[in-house]
Parts: sequence; C-alpha cells; structure tokens
Amino acid sequence: MNWLIIATGLVFGLGAVLLVKFGNPGNYGFCAACQLRDIAGALGIHSVPNLQYARPEIIGFILGSFGLARFSGEFRPRGGSNPALRFVLGMAMMIGALVFLGCPLRGILRVAGGDLNGLTGLAGFIAGIGAGVVFLKRGFNLGRAHTYTGSVQSTGYLAAAAALVLLVAVGMGAGILNVSTKPPGSLHAPIIISLIAGLAAGALAGRTRMCLSGGFRDFMLVGDTGLLKIYGIMFLAALAGNLYFGFFKLGFANQPLSHTMHLWNFLGLFLTGLAATLAGGCPLRQLIMAGEGNTDAMFCVLGMLAGAGVAHNLNAAGSAAGVGINGQIAVVAGIVIVGVLGLVCREKLVPVSKGV
Amino acid sequence: MANVLDLRGLSCPIPLIKTKDALSGAETVQVVVDEPSAKENIIKFAKSQKFRVEYVEADGEYTITIAK
Repeated sequence: MNWLIIATGLVFGLGAVLLVKFGNPGNYGFCAACQLRDIAGALGIHSVPNLQYARPEIIGFILGSFGLARFSGEFRPRGGSNPALRFVLGMAMMIGALVFLGCPLRGILRVAGGDLNGLTGLAGFIAGIGAGVVFLKRGFNLGRAHTYTGSVQSTGYLAAAAALVLLVAVGMGAGILNVSTKPPGSLHAPIIISLIAGLAAGALAGRTRMCLSGGFRDFMLVGDTGLLKIYGIMFLAALAGNLYFGFFKLGFANQPLSHTMHLWNFLGLFLTGLAATLAGGCPLRQLIMAGEGNTDAMFCVLGMLAGAGVAHNLNAAGSAAGVGINGQIAVVAGIVIVGVLGLVCREKLVPVSKGV
Repeated sequence: MANVLDLRGLSCPIPLIKTKDALSGAETVQVVVDEPSAKENIIKFAKSQKFRVEYVEADGEYTITIAK
C-alpha cells in the first residue's frame, strides 16, 4: 500500500480525534457538511444561534488543496459543466447530510466513536451511490467543462480567496462574523490547530483524490478499492484514538450530535450519496476541487451553503431529538428531484473524433 | 489516424465508464482526458485488465493509448 494512502488515513483519523480532544464537539473533528453549515451560520445564511462559527478545518481543506495544486502544477481553472444543476446537487447533498447530522466522512468518524447510527447512514449512502451508478451507466452527464484561458483564469482563485478572507475574519474574533456562544458552535479547537489540521488534510485529500462516494462508486464500477483503503485506515486510526482518549461509547442512543431515527438516517445519506455520485464527488471532494480551481465544484459548494440555509431556516435539519416533518419532506423531495435529474440529464456527447 | 475517444471536460467517473465500454469492443483504444484524476483512474483500470498503457502529456491534456 502506498504511503500516501496511509498518511492520509492517519491524518484524517487521528487528526479528527485530536481536534475533539482540543475542543471540537464529539465525533466532530472533521465534517465537510456540518462544519460548512457552521460557516453558513457565521455568514448569516441561517440564523440558528448555536451553529455559527467559521470552522478553520474547512478553510484549511480549501487552502491546502489550493496550495498543493499550485505547487504541483495541477492548479487548472476550469468549469462550465452545468453550474446551475451542480448548485442544486450541492443543496441536495447538504440537506441529506443535515438530516443524518454529518457528511459521509463524519459517518465513518461516528462509527469509530461507537455511534452505530453511522452504520445506518452509511448503508443509505452506499445505496444512494448504487442508484447514482445506475444513472451514470444509462448515460447521465452534465456536459463538458473546459479549461479557462487568459484573464478568465482568475476565477479559479475565487474559492481560495474566499477561504483566505474567512480565515482573516475568524482570526480577528467577534465583530465581522457571527460566533456562537453556546454549544455546539461555541465548541472548537484553537484556530491554529484547526487550520493546520485542515491544511494537512486538504493537501493530502487533493493528492490522493480522496472521495468516499468515489471510493464506493469505483468499487462498484471496476472493483477498485484504492480510495476505500484511505477510509479504512482513517476508521482504524480514529477508533484507536477514541479508545485511547476514552471517547469511545458503543450504542445507538445518546451519541454526540446524533439521533436514532434509522429510516431518516438511511434516507438522508441516500440523498447525499445519490447527489454526490451525479455531481462527481462527495462534499469533501467538492471542497478540494473548489480549491484546485474547479468553478463547477465552487457552485456545488455554494449550493451546499444554500442547502444549509434552507435546512435550518425551514427547520428541516435533524437534531438530537430526531427529524421533524419538514426534514422528512425535504429528504423525499430531494430524492425525487435528484432522481428526475438523473433520468433526464443525458446530454448527447460526441466522444469519438478523429485526430484530436 | 485512428479514432480517438475525446473525454475532455467530463466529470468523474464518466471518462472511466466510456473507456471501459470502448475496451470491451476493441483491441486498441486511444483516449484524451484533461483531468489528472481521470488519467490515473483509466491507467489503473487498464493495467488491472492486463492492457499495455502508454500516455503522453501536452498542454495539460493526456493522450492515453491502451492496447492488448
């Protein structure tokens, strides 16, 4: 096994546990959905007072992948593959994740902390990817992106620039961004530690193309387990860390930032898995690609921010108490909408040409 | 010149699916992609199926030749 795969798994797994040790909420070291939702709160996109903090882990993901891409010559501003639909897919991904209470990455971290609800969610995630793969095999695609040239290339820097502005703002403390005074928003590791963890994780995730929907998808399509190995190591590292620090607590009930409505845990991440497969990557991968200059991924991330706004402003997100009727309607509507997109979006490609 | 599968600008995993489909009906396939991740996935898959693989890079595009 390649050392990069091992290093990436260790940084995500041990990093996540250490971030909890340094102050993040339970099983909340890294989460590409919840932590982006907290950023949405910091920016005032939703108004739930205890979910507002510009999490430096997410800022680090974007700046880490941006830095590595610039350094390695892989930074390539590109886009134009149906940004409006990618925005919708981003919204769906976030709405599903907030019903489950976590992105698929946090799903694994939750299981590594003993929260068995993560298993229900991950089962839904895999089922959603399976449905997405069926659409892909039927010819689903959102059209071609193209590489930007000339001065338009500057658009590739937008995500990194936004992350930098957020970093300065969160570094200055209260005054610019909303900041929660009650948990879980008020619980966080020191900014510098969160940032360093995010930078390392972002650079490694960019280098290894880490993506959980991609991992299961590639396994289903061609039996490739390369990406899944990263998550396997991450799980073992987080499990070991949780056992060492005494964070491990096995069971379904009373887990941190979790509920036990199994059907909605399953369907929430089903929606996320389906939307992620059609968008070409899970929430984490979209953040990484945004940092690398992919403007389509930036639209997907903007959709995720909007999805967080919709979920919380319309009381459609899950909570420790469970999932209310609005959340249930949002998930079912999301599955129907994304399913219809999967059926109808089959832009005719002309893949064969002579002497390209 | 042989036909070339133009898979530039397509999201993952569409380049891999199209290459896999093409390989099921041909001895030799040439594809062009512009994403490093798509290039890596295609090469990894083709090698796992015991194909010979060569690629050249020019201006951020990868032309991959896959043959039995």
